[in-house]
Amino acid sequence: MDFFNIVIQTLDSTIRLSVPLLLACLAGLYSERAGVFDIGLEGKMLVGAFAGAAAASVFHSAFIGLGMAILISVAFALVHGFASITHRGNQIVSGVAINFIAAGSTVILGQAWFSQGGRTPALAPNERFEAIIFPGANALRGVPIVGPIYAELISGHSVLVYLAFLAVPFTWWVLFRTRFGLRLRAVGENPAAVDTAGISVAWLRYRALICTGILTGLAGAYLSMVQNGGFVKDMTAGKGYIALAALIFAKWKPVNAMFACLLFGFLDALAIRLQGTPLPLIGRVPVQFMQALPYVLTVVLLAGFIGKAIPPRAGGVPYVKER
Amino acid sequence: MSTPYAKLPGWADYGLIPLINLLVAFVVAGFVVLLVGENPFRAAVILVEGAFGRGQGIAFTLFYATTFIFTGLSVAVAVHCGLFNIGTEGQAYIGGLGVAVVCLVFDSVTPWWITFPIAIVASAVMGALWALIPAYLQAKRGSHIVITTIMFNFIAASTMVFFLVGALKPAGSQAPQTRNFLEGGQLPKLNWIIELFGAKIRSAPFNVSFLLALLMAWLVWLLIWRTKLGYEMRTYGHSPKAAKYAGISETRIIIIAMMISGALAGMMALNPTMGDQHNVAIDFVSGAGYVGIAVALMGRSHPVGIVLAAILFGALYQGGAELAFEMPAISRDMIVIIQGLVILFAGALEHMFRPYIQVLFASVSPKSMGMAAAKGGGG
Repeated sequence: MDFFNIVIQTLDSTIRLSVPLLLACLAGLYSERAGVFDIGLEGKMLVGAFAGAAAASVFHSAFIGLGMAILISVAFALVHGFASITHRGNQIVSGVAINFIAAGSTVILGQAWFSQGGRTPALAPNERFEAIIFPGANALRGVPIVGPIYAELISGHSVLVYLAFLAVPFTWWVLFRTRFGLRLRAVGENPAAVDTAGISVAWLRYRALICTGILTGLAGAYLSMVQNGGFVKDMTAGKGYIALAALIFAKWKPVNAMFACLLFGFLDALAIRLQGTPLPLIGRVPVQFMQALPYVLTVVLLAGFIGKAIPPRAGGVPYVKER
Repeated sequence: MSTPYAKLPGWADYGLIPLINLLVAFVVAGFVVLLVGENPFRAAVILVEGAFGRGQGIAFTLFYATTFIFTGLSVAVAVHCGLFNIGTEGQAYIGGLGVAVVCLVFDSVTPWWITFPIAIVASAVMGALWALIPAYLQAKRGSHIVITTIMFNFIAASTMVFFLVGALKPAGSQAPQTRNFLEGGQLPKLNWIIELFGAKIRSAPFNVSFLLALLMAWLVWLLIWRTKLGYEMRTYGHSPKAAKYAGISETRIIIIAMMISGALAGMMALNPTMGDQHNVAIDFVSGAGYVGIAVALMGRSHPVGIVLAAILFGALYQGGAELAFEMPAISRDMIVIIQGLVILFAGALEHMFRPYIQVLFASVSPKSMGMAAAKGGGG
């Protein structure tokens, strides 16, 4: 039974760790499917996390915090759009710029407003998103096998966790079953064709970026208002880049994205659990190896050794209308 | 219709537009200072005085600039070949592994002027090898170099932590760093050059790797504009199709360009380790690789521009440290914002002001613009 508990706990932390990745990964999905590369997922998550925690602690409301996280994150996404869609700038450069501005401004403003070394004040329970306990979860906890799975894995997460997993089928539906989704995918493959059909390429891409901003805002809010009761300097710690890796790993498909994020979250959870404990046969696995594994796997995939990852065809290319 | 904008005179293209972009970046940064509740003009004065006011400040500025010349050149070489090397950060970090091994082995045996060349070669080789895999994957497998180099930055970070908490750490020590290098692993300072001009310096880490950086800048200029290889790289950067048609091997040119880029990045490790801290510590690169992107953009990928831009960023780092001291509300993270804004306005939004400047030029001297417009097709 002890082993079973360890498994449950590891899977539980897998879910918790993969949620921010999943939200950011889906965010990247919208923008890259529309043909706009987004290295700036990391930065947008970070400003989302900061804005969320700051607004929640000032207005004493988790929902105002969430709204602010989304608002600021969308604003940064629009800056990316302004540079890379309107002014046809280099999308990678713009993304790098956004990451820098986010990393610097969150600390500077945090220090200026709250004077806690770049942190925001610790959030009170009503300023955070609390865990939702499903009906009967506590009663069923004693039941073997099913009980812990229901009580630990399925119940007892915050609303943002459920939202993140619901966003997967929703994104699939939007992309593959709506007119907007069809056009969005088309603009990432062949913008000239979309333009010929009389649809504005720029406006379509801007809308995709707004979706990206909303989702990165959610991801940031999850980090600072659910996982951690407040904002801490550089709290995204490369999650935006792991999400990018997961997006490639998932070959730009929503359901795959969920599994990729769960896999990377699982590796992270495993790394935490295995810290210092030797494994049978293999011996002690260095933590650093586990931390590097998502990136190594992505490179291997990119190299075409596990299937081939083919990005949207017009990705990274600014659209110039022929006259 | 391939070029949406008509040509401007060279001095406007290489001088005026970057200057305007820089100015806008600073104006926006000024607003951030205002938001924090400080006076932006006073902040600017403190920043400039901190960077250039005293000999001490100048020495620190040039010390930081040394680092940025290496990373800027690294990014620029790749850019000339049409490759975006975001992996400068990781290549520099791994370059530190080469420095560490060489110094730990030789510092008790050889004087610095023997250790230094060996360390140069080791750091360059390590950096180049770290760039080799992404380059190979781009050339042979078509994996996007931006993504693979980002991944390699993280793999580099994990690798270095693995060595610095393991094999390279002296037994019994807790700090994740190598032991301190002895005399033979320490680079001599160049502070006396600044003192020649009458300035006083207490202690600053400005060291001989600055001269190496200048040498590399000259060599990069030589490579890009005076050799066949550089010509091939620029051809491939302009048009891969044309390069292929001209019989230039795609694989070869990508791999060579990336390895040169990686080698330059790797050499950056010499400055903070042998030149300043006298050890290799965790996270010693601390974003210098990304600053290299800003430096290359500002310097228009030309070695002269890169040296100037590197000094500008060095001044920002040094002045920023002074600023953080004078204005407690503004920490060194202000510099990170300014970097971001420079990358945004000088890089991603570089064309934003161009049309206005063209209109301005057209109204001031319609003749020159008329010719250019005719050539450019009236874009």
